[in-house]
Parts: sequence; structure tokens; C-alpha cells
Amino acid sequence: MDACTPLAPPAGSNLQRFANPGQFLRLSGRVLPFVAVLGLGLTLAGCVWGLFFSPADWQQGDAVRIMYVHVPAAWLASFGYLSLAVCSVLSLVWRHPLADLAAAEIGPVGAAFTGLCLATGSLWGKPMWGAWWVWDARLTSVLVLFFLYLGHVALVRAFDDPQRGYRAGAILALIGVVNLPIIKFSVDWWNTLHQPATITLTGAPTMDVGMLWPLLLCALGFFFGFTAIVIARTRAAVMERRIRGLLMARAQEADVPSALSVDA
Amino acid sequence: MTRKRRRLVLLLVCGLGLGTAVALMLTAFSDNMVFFLAPSDLTTKSPRLGRTFRLGGLVEAGSVTRTHEGTRPVARFRVTDGAAAVTVSYAGLLPDLFREGQGVVALGVMQPDGTFRASEVLAKHDATYMPKEVVDALKKAGHWDPKQGSPPPASSWNTPAPKPATGG
Repeated sequence: MDACTPLAPPAGSNLQRFANPGQFLRLSGRVLPFVAVLGLGLTLAGCVWGLFFSPADWQQGDAVRIMYVHVPAAWLASFGYLSLAVCSVLSLVWRHPLADLAAAEIGPVGAAFTGLCLATGSLWGKPMWGAWWVWDARLTSVLVLFFLYLGHVALVRAFDDPQRGYRAGAILALIGVVNLPIIKFSVDWWNTLHQPATITLTGAPTMDVGMLWPLLLCALGFFFGFTAIVIARTRAAVMERRIRGLLMARAQEADVPSALSVDA
Repeated sequence: MTRKRRRLVLLLVCGLGLGTAVALMLTAFSDNMVFFLAPSDLTTKSPRLGRTFRLGGLVEAGSVTRTHEGTRPVARFRVTDGAAAVTVSYAGLLPDLFREGQGVVALGVMQPDGTFRASEVLAKHDATYMPKEVVDALKKAGHWDPKQGSPPPASSWNTPAPKPATGG
């Protein structure tokens, strides 16, 4: 972990190792500003539209506006976990070094979106249902998703050897994938207090268009925002590893015995 | 190449096994996964006298009566799922969304006289969102009476054809 360890790998394998991440840095550096601006702009536009200009619901009143944050956060929580699982497959099967870094960076972001979904859902549940929290299948499975994210965050960082952490984290992430269909279909398979899906692939959304547009705008904004944060974090992680590699190479170039005793 | 393929196959087999195990577990426990029982479930399953459970369904149109027991408001209403109905009594404040035709989930105990005494009533929101004007237009056109249950399909919302009111 620390840059001054004398057991550094040779510089040649480092170059090989970062051949692909170097391309990622160049490409993502070009894409990131656009994604970030899109995320921020669409989220702001969707929130302003949803909070101030969209109609209130006929029975929920203005409380329905929590939806413009709650629903995109919930979608992104599931989508984030799906991307975490894809990275885990890439990591376990193809040993892709970039997928390891991306998975480690998706974890905290996904946990934040899931936490936002749970918090806003609780704030919405109290005035509408009459309860902050109930143990129905939908709410419980999303809470499990939150704990899966937290477990992944902790597990990836729990080993001295980062490779072992990535391996363990990928296995945990793939085991947790069974939770995704449970979250999606919990409202159809079992009686839940949470209502079933409003927007489906097969039928027309049971929502007025005046509420649907700001919701979709917010969802797009959240998506680009999520992507921008993950790209920025992964770039930082790649550069961190690259600097560590350079420091290691330099430490190895220096005389090893003197490097060990130089502090004395 | 073969090692990658071997890892991929191993992963798929593990995933299949895990998926099957979880699916079997969920089907085995599916009775305990439900948040509430519907009134028609009570006739098929053993009567749960003295056991606390949740009862869910729609509030039957025209069945709500509100009285006072001292200073506490008491509401009596029938919860129906279309096939069966159970009378529920509840002393306390009802949630804002409570109305006839609304889905509710009540926590309580079955009484010997066949009524359900609730200690908590939650409102269950359906998956439709519309502004007040749309609802008024639908009511005026006779497309929908909120007391009769769920609203008509969304494709009909924006075309309130002038139809004679038939009461749902």
C-alpha cells in the first residue's frame, strides 16, 4: 500500500497493466465535462419543473413532489447495483483492472443514492400511508440493497492486498444480484403497502403527462449525475494508482539498502 | 482463453444454483412474505382468532360510519377485495388518504363476532397520479367514480368523450 515499500513490481508490468486505463483517462477526460453538465442541468431543470410548475396530485396534494427525487433515486440505486455486477463479472472472468477500480468507486455512490431513496421514501410514507417505515417486501428488499452496498464498500477496502479485496467484493456483488429481481417484482409477487409500478414497459404510464415529463427529466439528470460522479471517482482512482506505481518505480530505482536506512 | 471460459462457466453455474435456491426459498416462504391478507384469504385460511395480523383491501363505497366513543373518534367500515368483505372498527385518527374506494391496510385482531378490531390503519396508495382537473373531468364525463375503486386506463384520461353517466 505505502509508496516506499521495497517489494514493488517491475516497471514493465505496470506499463502493461495501465495500457487500457490510459485510454480510459483520455476518453473519459473528454466525455466527463459533457456528462457532468448534462447531469447538473437536467436535474436542476427537472426539479424546478417538478417542484414549482407541475400540477399537484388530486389526493396527495403537494406531497407528490417528493416523487421527483424519490423515484429517480430508486431507479439509480438499482441501476448502480446492476453496473456494479457487470464490473464484477468483468473483474472475475476477464480480470479487467479498470473494472476493479470502477466497482470500488460505484459502491459508495450507489449507497448514497439508495440512502436518498430510503430517506425520501420515509418522508413520503409518513404523510401518505401514515407510517415512516413498514416491513413490506419492497421496503425490506431495498434496505437489503443498501446493506449490500455498504458491505461491498467495507469488503473491498478490508484487505491489505487490494486484489484480494476486489475479488471478495466482486463475489459479494454477484451474490447480491438475486436481490434486484426481488426488488423489481416484490410489488407484483406479494401483497405490499408500496404501490406497484406506475411506469411499465408494456402499458401506458398511469400518470398525467404534466407530472411524467419532469419525472423523466429528473431521472435522466440523476442518471448523468451518477455516471459523472462514478467517472470522476474512477479517474481519480486510476491516477492514484498510476502515481503509486511511479513512486514505487522510483523507490526501486534508488539503492534498496540506502532506501531502507535513509530515515535513520 | 480456456481459463476465461472456465471461469465464466463456473460463474454461470454458481449463479444458476444460487438463483434456484433463492427462488425455492421465496416460494416456500411466500405465505410469510405478504404484508397483509385479503378478506377472501380469511375464508380459505384458518380463522386467526386472537392473533394479530394485517388485513388489506378497498374501503367499500357507502360503508363508512363515524361515531365518537367518549372523545375518541371511532370509524366502522367494510374492507373488500371484490370476493369477500370484512367489517373493521378502528378508534383513532385515520390517515389523510382514507376515503371510500381507497386501499387500506389495517393491523388488528379478529373478534368473535366476525368483525376486525384494528389498532392501526394505513392508507395504501395506488399507482396513479393525476391532477385534480383530470379527476374532475373524468368524474364529469362519467368515466370514473373514485368510490368504486381503481381509475380507468390511462389511455382514456386525455380523451374525456361525452358519455352518459352510467355510474362506473
